Amino acid sequence: MSPSQADKMIGGYPAYMRESIDKVAATRAQRLKEGPPSPMSAEAREEVLREWHPDYKADRKRQLVVGVSRDERMPHEVADVLEAYPLIDPKDIDLSKPDHEVQILILGGGGAASVAALFAVEEGIPVDQILMASKLRHGDCNSIMAQGGIQAADRPQDSPAIHYLDALGGGHYTNKPELVRALVHDGPMLIDWHEKLGILYDKVDGGYLEAHGGGTSRMRMHSAKDYTGLELMRVLRDEVRNVGIPVLEFAPAIELILDESGRAAGAVLLNLETDEAIVVKANATVLATGGFGRLHIQGYPTTNHYGATADGLVLAYRAGAKLIDMDSVQYHPTGVAYPAAILGQLATEKLRNQGAEPVNIDGASFVFPLEPRDVEAAAIIRECYGNDKGVATPSGIRGVWLDTPMIDEIHGKGTLKRRLAAMWMMWHRHGIDITEDPALIFPTLHYQNGGIEIDADTGTGVPGLFAGGEVGGGVHGKNRLMGNSLLDYNVFGRRAGIAAARWAKANAPSGLTLKHAAAYADELEKAGIDRSRKAPMILPDYRSEAVVARTLDVR
Amino acid sequence: MEEATARMTQIFIMGKAYDVPVGITIMDAMEYAGYRFIRGAGCRSGFCGACGTVYRKEGEYRLEFALACQEMVEEGMHLTQLPFTPAPRADYDLHALDANENVLLQYYPAIARCVSCNTCTKACPQDIEVMDYVQAALRGDLQQVTELSFDCIQCGLCSMRCPADIKHYHLAQMGRRLYALTESPVPAHLTERVRELKAGAHDAALDELVSMDLDGLKARYAAREIEKVSEGSE
Repeated sequence: MSPSQADKMIGGYPAYMRESIDKVAATRAQRLKEGPPSPMSAEAREEVLREWHPDYKADRKRQLVVGVSRDERMPHEVADVLEAYPLIDPKDIDLSKPDHEVQILILGGGGAASVAALFAVEEGIPVDQILMASKLRHGDCNSIMAQGGIQAADRPQDSPAIHYLDALGGGHYTNKPELVRALVHDGPMLIDWHEKLGILYDKVDGGYLEAHGGGTSRMRMHSAKDYTGLELMRVLRDEVRNVGIPVLEFAPAIELILDESGRAAGAVLLNLETDEAIVVKANATVLATGGFGRLHIQGYPTTNHYGATADGLVLAYRAGAKLIDMDSVQYHPTGVAYPAAILGQLATEKLRNQGAEPVNIDGASFVFPLEPRDVEAAAIIRECYGNDKGVATPSGIRGVWLDTPMIDEIHGKGTLKRRLAAMWMMWHRHGIDITEDPALIFPTLHYQNGGIEIDADTGTGVPGLFAGGEVGGGVHGKNRLMGNSLLDYNVFGRRAGIAAARWAKANAPSGLTLKHAAAYADELEKAGIDRSRKAPMILPDYRSEAVVARTLDVR
Repeated sequence: MEEATARMTQIFIMGKAYDVPVGITIMDAMEYAGYRFIRGAGCRSGFCGACGTVYRKEGEYRLEFALACQEMVEEGMHLTQLPFTPAPRADYDLHALDANENVLLQYYPAIARCVSCNTCTKACPQDIEVMDYVQAALRGDLQQVTELSFDCIQCGLCSMRCPADIKHYHLAQMGRRLYALTESPVPAHLTERVRELKAGAHDAALDELVSMDLDGLKARYAAREIEKVSEGSE
């Protein structure tokens, strides 16, 4: 940091923010005494969503004009990659000599892919008959970044039925019932599986240390400090390696392959280093490619990893899989609003379930801290732009305070650093101590609520194609609750691995083809879609405009 | 970014000079300069370990270590990329292991060669006391290995720097899993719930909700009792 900038900084914040930070400190004792505002009524929730949630802006969406879900409305950014031509000309790909022939091809390198692979082995598929193919490294994924926890109804005062109600109400009753049933029913059994893998959850007095999340009526959030996603993912990855399942890294799928009777039969991958096509023939294909955060819907920053570009949606849609709830995007209520270097990165909901509450520029609380995520996010946007009570940052956006020092006030000194080590470190790297000062936050693009419509056994409607994790849709309806995504990738990753194994034993493709991709391109042509629009995106481009304008295509 | 674009600073990437905005990370600065990452970029939030990097400051001989997605650029920084670290790990069967005090030494014998130079600790972008957990591994103290290494994101910078060829982050992973399995018992309430589920004890309640109409569900949702957080608990 340059000296002139440092002059204006106090404790990691620009000096002008100190007046507001002092107000937050001054109201803290009183707020702690009074407790947070009450939860909103159903009507109040509807109103704030309608007026302030980004999903409710009609002009930011359009209806698809091609494919099996052409009536679905979705953000322009998503429609743009779906209404796009294949990267390859199907004529150029020789499918007659596959580079790999396996029983199960698993596309993705995150949580759902790893769980599917491990359960395919348990189901009796030999390890050398499985291939995982990942765009980046095995473990470069959203799963590894999850902080707050994973839900599972395993305490006596809780039940899967109560979990069902929480998830369904949080999703505005739009979730597919059979999927919610699977989610809440399998939850405790997956936690038990984690125990056998040596995943270390936080425990106290012989039980789990369980907490609330936004929209839960029982404390069922299991955590591993605030590295829950990391702890799960690194153990799953370690086990995939122990078992010896082959993983092809830096090899994203760019087209699915079908057989002549319309069954999924593998995929064309791209070697990211050499740009070679890699043809994989498989009896069953599992899509575990994650979500769409890096499309930056409505210009929002995102918590998502570098490769979250909706590729799986694009491929499956061309192959004839239906989409569901694609109009709905999850904006996490608390992304980093300051400093700009980490804008949009996740400030875990665990900060709120440990007692931190959102407060405005005057140090006043304005919302129950644990509303479902869409409601909480909309209330924060309203406070900044409707009530004009946000704090402006040097980069021009507004945010509200998350009063993190409350955590140690409630639970005792040292609690935040112990239970929220990752969060403490994130701000500490930028000179801010969140045990002393509050953190400035604003909603950030976090999760693809919808996706490829699946059934309870992860079937996609395309025979032999299964989907699990964020790429799948219907589990969360129009809004996912905290802690249900880690659970989702475990429950539906497992079900996908088992379903794919059973399918692969009974089916073998014959007559590999990319005709569906050619037919989709024809459909786009008829609809008058610009030929230059291609997908999947694979990776976003963050080069500066000045550089892109001067870049020559000469090699 | 408006503020940042107003003020620029000069850095060096692979030896070439570039002007980039002040106040952005190493990763953002390299992209601003025109790089498109294939390797060396993952979660972009400090959790995945893909972007471990080394750099040097102008006029300094010493190499510094950081995550490219977390560290801010500074005037005169010399940057490069570390695309890949080949580090062997030991395969093991967690349930067949004899979790005795020498188990980590058996699978990772290089820990006996630790010269206590502390270079691993200095390289760690997570501020982990890496050398201390290697010493704990030598003593067979799995609890200490687990507690000290828990924040490890497995970027591999420790192992890249180690003169004794220790694979710190892999042995810590094995140590944590063993500790969890042997020293962190499965809560009885989980075992009981799993037993109930396998016996179908919750099926009827779930089936009732699955077939319930919207008004019924809304009434049930509105009538939920919200569990109170008791004093001093979570």
